Amino acid sequence: MVTLKRVSKSFAEKKVIEDISLTIEKGTITSFIGPNGAGKSTLISMISRLLASDSGEITIDGKNIRKTKSDDLSKKISILKQSNAVNLKITVRELVSFGRFPHSKGRLKKEDWQKVDEAIDYMELQDLQDRYLDELSGGQRQRAHIAMVLAQDTEYILLDEPLNNLDMRHAVQIMKTLRRLVDELGKTIILVIHDINFASCYSDHIVALKDGRIVKQGRTCDVIDECVLKDIYDMDFKVENINNQRICFYFD
Amino acid sequence: MVYRRKIIVLSIIAISLAMLYIFYDLTGNIAYILPRRVIKVLVIMLTGGAIAFSTTIFMTITHNRILTPSVMGLDSLYLLIQVSIIFMFGSRSLVMMDSHLNFLLSILFMILFAFLIYHFLFKGENNNIYFLLLIGIVLGTFFDSFTSFMQVLIDPNEFMVAQDRMFASINNVNEDLVYLSMIIIGLTILYFLRFYRYLDVLALGKDQAINLGVPYDQVVKHLLIVVAILTSVATALIGPITFLGLLVVNLAYQLFKTYRHFYLILGSMLISVIALIGGQFIVEKVFTFQTTISVIINFIGGVYFIYLLLKENRSW
Repeated sequence: MVTLKRVSKSFAEKKVIEDISLTIEKGTITSFIGPNGAGKSTLISMISRLLASDSGEITIDGKNIRKTKSDDLSKKISILKQSNAVNLKITVRELVSFGRFPHSKGRLKKEDWQKVDEAIDYMELQDLQDRYLDELSGGQRQRAHIAMVLAQDTEYILLDEPLNNLDMRHAVQIMKTLRRLVDELGKTIILVIHDINFASCYSDHIVALKDGRIVKQGRTCDVIDECVLKDIYDMDFKVENINNQRICFYFD
Repeated sequence: MVYRRKIIVLSIIAISLAMLYIFYDLTGNIAYILPRRVIKVLVIMLTGGAIAFSTTIFMTITHNRILTPSVMGLDSLYLLIQVSIIFMFGSRSLVMMDSHLNFLLSILFMILFAFLIYHFLFKGENNNIYFLLLIGIVLGTFFDSFTSFMQVLIDPNEFMVAQDRMFASINNVNEDLVYLSMIIIGLTILYFLRFYRYLDVLALGKDQAINLGVPYDQVVKHLLIVVAILTSVATALIGPITFLGLLVVNLAYQLFKTYRHFYLILGSMLISVIALIGGQFIVEKVFTFQTTISVIINFIGGVYFIYLLLKENRSW
């Protein structure tokens, strides 16, 4: 369980996150949605300790992340940020193997390589595994990074816009993979996502942010609602039920 | 293993060059010439190795292939120290002052300076590596200006001595200092080994390194201290060679095409030794001591630097 208590953050006088309290249950997919500049990425960075909060407390399974060793946290929680410009001569397989660093400290054992192979299979990267990262397309690179997070094999997985650069097939494939990780392996996944239809179809909970505050949070069906969405994005939405999924239509 | 073969080839080239340098045209008073040449090769291995080593680490920390530790202003500080001594005590005192004292004084001030700006930098929470570099560049420029100012004021004869210090040279290195440097560099590398396993992960970037459990601030701080000590020792021993690190580390990256620091560090150190011994050989045999090694290295390094800039420019 991830708990945030009255967390705030400002960048040079400007408040980016204001007094947010939030509980994220184990074994669920939680999506953060909201307009640009709402503080979604900042919030996910703070939960993953990449950024320190100015005030408030963040705990994971009851332990304050500030008081836990970074090394121990890296076996519990993993994060993938949206910009991953790696300027190295590194193959996909080598990159994925870095996911095992918290467990192996650089000396990978047989089990570690097995996890690497599993992650590569999950992301359908077998054919690309020996290619250099800088020879790949944006989407392929994104999948390699996600595979690395999977190889890290943590209970909590945080992804900042994982569907960036992906075509529909791979976007759906990744969301299905995440769903499987939650349903079969009991992982807890927190996402920042822009496409609200993806959020609607694949997440259990949605947290809607605007101007650094939570506008609405709850089960997906409660948040994907015409009035709530209008409030968040300041535009008109039409929500329809298609195949038991709530689909938003927002093209005028 | 392709990497291992490349390392072996480089080692063979380096050793053959060293042998060639030591035994080429060995006539006259052998008992005098031979030990002196061996010492020079030792100096080259120490400084070349230290510069390549520290530059590789520095480029990984800063994620930038055209930055070298000299942007932190250590080279400029070295010159400032030398010129200040001449300015205050005169060049004869510098000659008289034994080279041990000069060496230790230079190292002491450079490391003190590095610690001071690191301390200043890592005190706050929102530390940024580029902020450190900016401070380094500003202070380096300040040191340069101050050095020029004092050079204008001193006697022209003294100025000649000062100018001599501005170019690296391995021709007049005191034997004792070589052993002393060896000990300092050895201990520093021993200290570095504790952080070695984090280097490959650091190359992935700050966020990834933290995600993978690297105590980022702490590791970077210690690595920067290692860089400062190695750079200071190399500079105090032979003088500033700005472009050497840039040249050899980039060549190592091009040759090895890997992210693995084991090969990158070893490769860049070997290339560095090859470049310096080859350069020194040219200085002695072709230019008959009319120039110094740093002039040659800076010439080649400068041309290569422009090439790198143009290449990077095109890939954007």
